[in-house]
Amino acid sequence: MIPYEDYLRIEKFPHIWCTGCGCGIVLKAIIRAIHRLGLHKDDVVMVSGIGCSSRTPGYVDFNTLHTTHGRAIAFATGVKLVKPGLNVMVITGDGDGTAIGGNHLIHAARRNIDLTVVLYNNHIYGMTGGQSSPTTPSGGYGTTTPYGNIEQPFDICALADASGASFVARSTAYHAVQLGRLIEQAIQKRGFSLVEVLTPCPTYFGRKNRLGLSIDMLKWQKENSVSVKSAQKMGPEELQGKVLVGVLVDREKPEYTEEYAKLIERAKSKEEA
Amino acid sequence: MMQGNEACVEGAIAAGVGFFAGYPITPSSEIAELMAEKLPQRGGVFIQMEDEIGAMGAVIGASLAGAKAMTATSGPGFSLKQENLGYASMTEVPCVIVNVQRGGPSTGLPTLPSQGDVMQARWGAHGDHPVIALVASSVEDTFNQTVRSFSLAEQYRVPVVLLLDEIVGHVNEKARIPSADEIEVAERKKPTVPPDQYHPYEPTESDIPPMANFGEGFRFHVTGLSHDRTGFPTNDPKEIDQLIRRINRKVDRYRDDIIECREYGLDDARLGVFAYGSTARSARRAAYLARQEGIKVGLLEPLVLWPFPEAEVFALAQKVSHIIVPEMNLGQIAHEVRCSCRGKAEVQSLTRVDGELIRPAQILEEIREISR
Repeated sequence: MIPYEDYLRIEKFPHIWCTGCGCGIVLKAIIRAIHRLGLHKDDVVMVSGIGCSSRTPGYVDFNTLHTTHGRAIAFATGVKLVKPGLNVMVITGDGDGTAIGGNHLIHAARRNIDLTVVLYNNHIYGMTGGQSSPTTPSGGYGTTTPYGNIEQPFDICALADASGASFVARSTAYHAVQLGRLIEQAIQKRGFSLVEVLTPCPTYFGRKNRLGLSIDMLKWQKENSVSVKSAQKMGPEELQGKVLVGVLVDREKPEYTEEYAKLIERAKSKEEA
Repeated sequence: MMQGNEACVEGAIAAGVGFFAGYPITPSSEIAELMAEKLPQRGGVFIQMEDEIGAMGAVIGASLAGAKAMTATSGPGFSLKQENLGYASMTEVPCVIVNVQRGGPSTGLPTLPSQGDVMQARWGAHGDHPVIALVASSVEDTFNQTVRSFSLAEQYRVPVVLLLDEIVGHVNEKARIPSADEIEVAERKKPTVPPDQYHPYEPTESDIPPMANFGEGFRFHVTGLSHDRTGFPTNDPKEIDQLIRRINRKVDRYRDDIIECREYGLDDARLGVFAYGSTARSARRAAYLARQEGIKVGLLEPLVLWPFPEAEVFALAQKVSHIIVPEMNLGQIAHEVRCSCRGKAEVQSLTRVDGELIRPAQILEEIREISR
């Protein structure tokens, strides 16, 4: 049994999320990961930007920081550099993390600073009322794409990979058990980690794109996901339109705060010399 | 001999800066470059961020983790920092933002001086927010004002903007740097209650709530949304009203402790000059030359622009017939001086926006004109 309530600020409930939203599923997965790793609540910092997903920190009993739109990773970088011993997590969404905050995302990955980013991807701006986002599929609908989206969506995991992240994984709200395990791995990884989670937004993305209820969207996730392992045995045609879930990148690279500690030693010895 | 930007770095180090995040921009880059060299030697952290916005965000995160934190920039970068500067005002996170002013608007004049950001320093972020802004007219001032910026930020839990300009930032001149035991820096007040009784935005008698650092057992919430005393978002009009009035009152009620001015020859002055930053240097010279011609001129030089020294200006207005306000902008502070005079003295705005500094001769000419 996971004592979820030990990690929640129960008095702050009910939460603001809509019926059928995937945010709560991700929240539970995060708590499971933190509990299994035995992290002390005082040593966890959760930083978020603006949007539905970014409301997560308000409900958890850690050091929590709800920042400006897109800037969570920048704030988290400051926290981590001053206290490298803390476990710093960033909660963001597809709009917050890859549109307004895209620059911070790619540069934190490039630096390979030890942050764990959990990016809730619901393919739309939920909090502001259903505008299309950088991950809205081509041809998809939002309140700002009434004639269908003519842009190409980001592949967030490919973006993190190309930017140099140490650990990149993808899961969905449907794969809640796997999601918890992936977040656990991401926290443990020294270096920049990103876990993308596809979450249903039945209120806006589902309704605008006639995808049914939340349960239908979760079923879609189940039926269209392919594990990294299974994908190896499949051809490009079979993989067309499928969502690859599991660990996509896991590599060893110098981590920024560790490199910075070394730099301090070098600078000090140079001054003494 | 020292450069203004160098004195800023030395002042920050003397004040105990532990974190600097910046982005390259002329004419402030020397501050970042020197920080990159000196901060790690003292165990501190320097990071060049991907943009100005990120630098301001990292500074706030660093301060919440317990470090004295700062950034330095110039006009265009100062514009980009405004949203997070407002966040620091709202969430009461101490931090120092140095703006080595250059000609604007827009990209303007990267290598030439200006004082065009003085109003932006007060009202650049949206909403009613508290801010303290200091100015400096010499290299020595820059050192001392940087130290004071940290003190004020930590003491009042408010972002402090230090407004330099390209002249002060780049001039090389003699400066007396105080020894370590002469330097006093205020520290942020820590909570004295156990974590379960700690509310990060408790409206205390002083209006300045004690501040815990992340990772020290106080698991609190910080948000830029309107929040109650516990730090969580609220829509309760009473709580919101109390918050917004309190964070602004923090600066207003302590204005006498914050405001600092220098005076030259005000005792018998018949004519006043109100000048700040590098323009105050020219004004001092002009006042000296005018006195040699028998014109009784006095100079009031503010070291703090925001909160504005209204009472000091009003006192001057009661003594003199005119107050000349030379500044390298189109009269941003002259307007403020005019309000503070409440009709007691005529205010003459003397402006320059061509990238050239205001010379003593230009001010002297105005003094002669008025006293004729």
